[in-house]
Amino acid sequence: MPEAVEAKLETNRRPPLSIVRDLTVAVGVIVLIWLGLRVLRSETALDALGPFGGKLVQALIGIVLGVVGIWALFVVANSLVELLPARATTVIRPYVFVGPAVVVLSIFLLAPAVGTIIQSFTEVPEGEGPFYNYVQAFTDPALQIALRNNAIWLILAPAGALLIGLAFAGLVDRVKRESLAKSFIFIPLCISGAGVAVIWRFIYEWRPEGQPQIGILNAIVTSFGGEPVPWLQEIPTNTLALIVAFVWIQTGFAMVILSAAIKGVPVELMEAARIDGAGEFQTFLRIVLPSIRGSVITVFTVTAIAVLKVFDIVYVTTNGNFETDVIANRMFNEMFRFRNFGFATALAVILLVAVIPIMVVNVRNLRRQGIGA
Amino acid sequence: MTAETVEGLPPLTGDDAATATTTAPQRGQSSGWVAKVLVLIIGIAWTIPTAGVFISSFRPEAEVATSGWWTVFTHPFDFTQYTLANYQRVLTSEDMFEAFVNSLIVTIPATVIPITLAAFAAYAFAWTRFRGRSFLFAVVVGLLVIPLQMSLVPLLRLYGDYDLTGTFVGVWLAHAGFGLPLAIYLLYNYISQLPKDIFESAYIDGATPFTTFTKLVIPLSYPALASFAIFQFLWVWNDLLVSLVFLGTNPDVAVVTVSLAQLVGSRGAAWHLLTAGAFVSMVIPLLVFITLQRFFVRGLLAGSVKG
Repeated sequence: MPEAVEAKLETNRRPPLSIVRDLTVAVGVIVLIWLGLRVLRSETALDALGPFGGKLVQALIGIVLGVVGIWALFVVANSLVELLPARATTVIRPYVFVGPAVVVLSIFLLAPAVGTIIQSFTEVPEGEGPFYNYVQAFTDPALQIALRNNAIWLILAPAGALLIGLAFAGLVDRVKRESLAKSFIFIPLCISGAGVAVIWRFIYEWRPEGQPQIGILNAIVTSFGGEPVPWLQEIPTNTLALIVAFVWIQTGFAMVILSAAIKGVPVELMEAARIDGAGEFQTFLRIVLPSIRGSVITVFTVTAIAVLKVFDIVYVTTNGNFETDVIANRMFNEMFRFRNFGFATALAVILLVAVIPIMVVNVRNLRRQGIGA
Repeated sequence: MTAETVEGLPPLTGDDAATATTTAPQRGQSSGWVAKVLVLIIGIAWTIPTAGVFISSFRPEAEVATSGWWTVFTHPFDFTQYTLANYQRVLTSEDMFEAFVNSLIVTIPATVIPITLAAFAAYAFAWTRFRGRSFLFAVVVGLLVIPLQMSLVPLLRLYGDYDLTGTFVGVWLAHAGFGLPLAIYLLYNYISQLPKDIFESAYIDGATPFTTFTKLVIPLSYPALASFAIFQFLWVWNDLLVSLVFLGTNPDVAVVTVSLAQLVGSRGAAWHLLTAGAFVSMVIPLLVFITLQRFFVRGLLAGSVKG
């Protein structure tokens, strides 16, 4: 903003009388937040209200504290800064606005990321070299399976979501009630990975032959006279079964992005192709597909990154048993179950290294389309 | 993604009916029954998994265990075959009610906190000048690519030192930290495009930067704020990893996704409970989807750059 405007602005200051009030409010807010946090953490404070009432009061305190607290802190910090001399206020205020975000980012992303990289080299058993965790990671047979599975996921899942999403987006363009039809494909996207895992465990439910099959897939198989298949135990069917569940979620995302892109293809272009004698499929392949290339890449990269980090579906269905493990699940188990922190950090770094090239493609692609910073 | 492109996307699911009627006639020349049938088939295939869980959650334990959920369709209107007992059971004896409330305690502040932090920061990045501005902004955008797995081990130790594991504050801050790069990036793109004149006239009218922010920037940025809010709300509500690591499985604090995962572990064959539990965990996201479809899609597209 222009300096003159800034100077003018600083003449619109509050009267000095408000100094005492502002300081009192500041102290009051901080004490209130501190008290609120104490109550929230205490296991006994709300016991008098009974289990049901206590929980609801706790919820109320927690939500109000989190929502109002963060705003109160900014209001207080701002009013304190405005107590300073005008020139100092102008210099310091931007830092009051940016500061909290930068501090939170530093504590929760920047410093830990650096720490993870360092620890992956330093947290090794006595007498081992700095690359011990990485050598372990690439020689451990269990991890070989996880890496192989991530590769299979990476090949099949984005392609699956892309193909079905593209087909649906192309087809739905020509039916009535388009938005309703899209909703059905889209709904899985708002379900949690844990929920999806339960839904698909139910689909894949297996009972020994002769018993009634309550999983729909085995019910279909046995109704055609086949033997029931233990989809989540049999290798490699189980990994494919998990990928199908993932594709079920991600197709909605692909469909929405591609459908928006297809609507952007000029109708005249498609008309011209048809006049030249191209069939529907030919038009789609030769005209539509090249025009929406950018969106196809977006879908592919976003899905690929989600695939590399896939955790909850695997964790809740098989927890990586029967050779279905993936890196993110392995990392969680190394960290949380085995307290094997050095190894876990090395796995996080491997994940980062795998994500970065895809992210670069994604950002470049977004830029080429004129989207992005 | 810039604000205009997120904004400028054709109205997707929400208003499609209108767009479809204007453009479909020219597009779908030989539309015919093939497209309709294929759309119908994919639509049904995509609905069956959820429908099976939904129907089973209302069937009595003995029925669920011995017959497929599709058998209800032999007498779909025989309401004696449905029951609410499974919901009653998961909500009370399986702690899902507590988990549901815990999810609200976690999700609402974990959405508001990063939005607040990000909105103030985005405003300062866009409309004030200070030392280190472009450097700090570059760092923020760079952090978009870092998978949150990179933070887990050091944070877990830090939380151990400060007794933050298993506390709501701890998980609010973790979610805030992980959501911030995207939030700042999106809100910056939007706020920096607001017309310059409004800021200048606000200053001349004697508004402080703080009142300009609360009275002008926040109301004007409502579409961007709503898109991110919905994305973050659903992300946090559906998250399992962060909650599992920083809150844990203690029923006093466990959220619905954690509680559901626990239920799978302890009662993996009790489908009458698992299906009801799954629906308890899904009901809020489904409501958000149905009521805020348009923002939901935008938020989702906007979130596609999250690392």
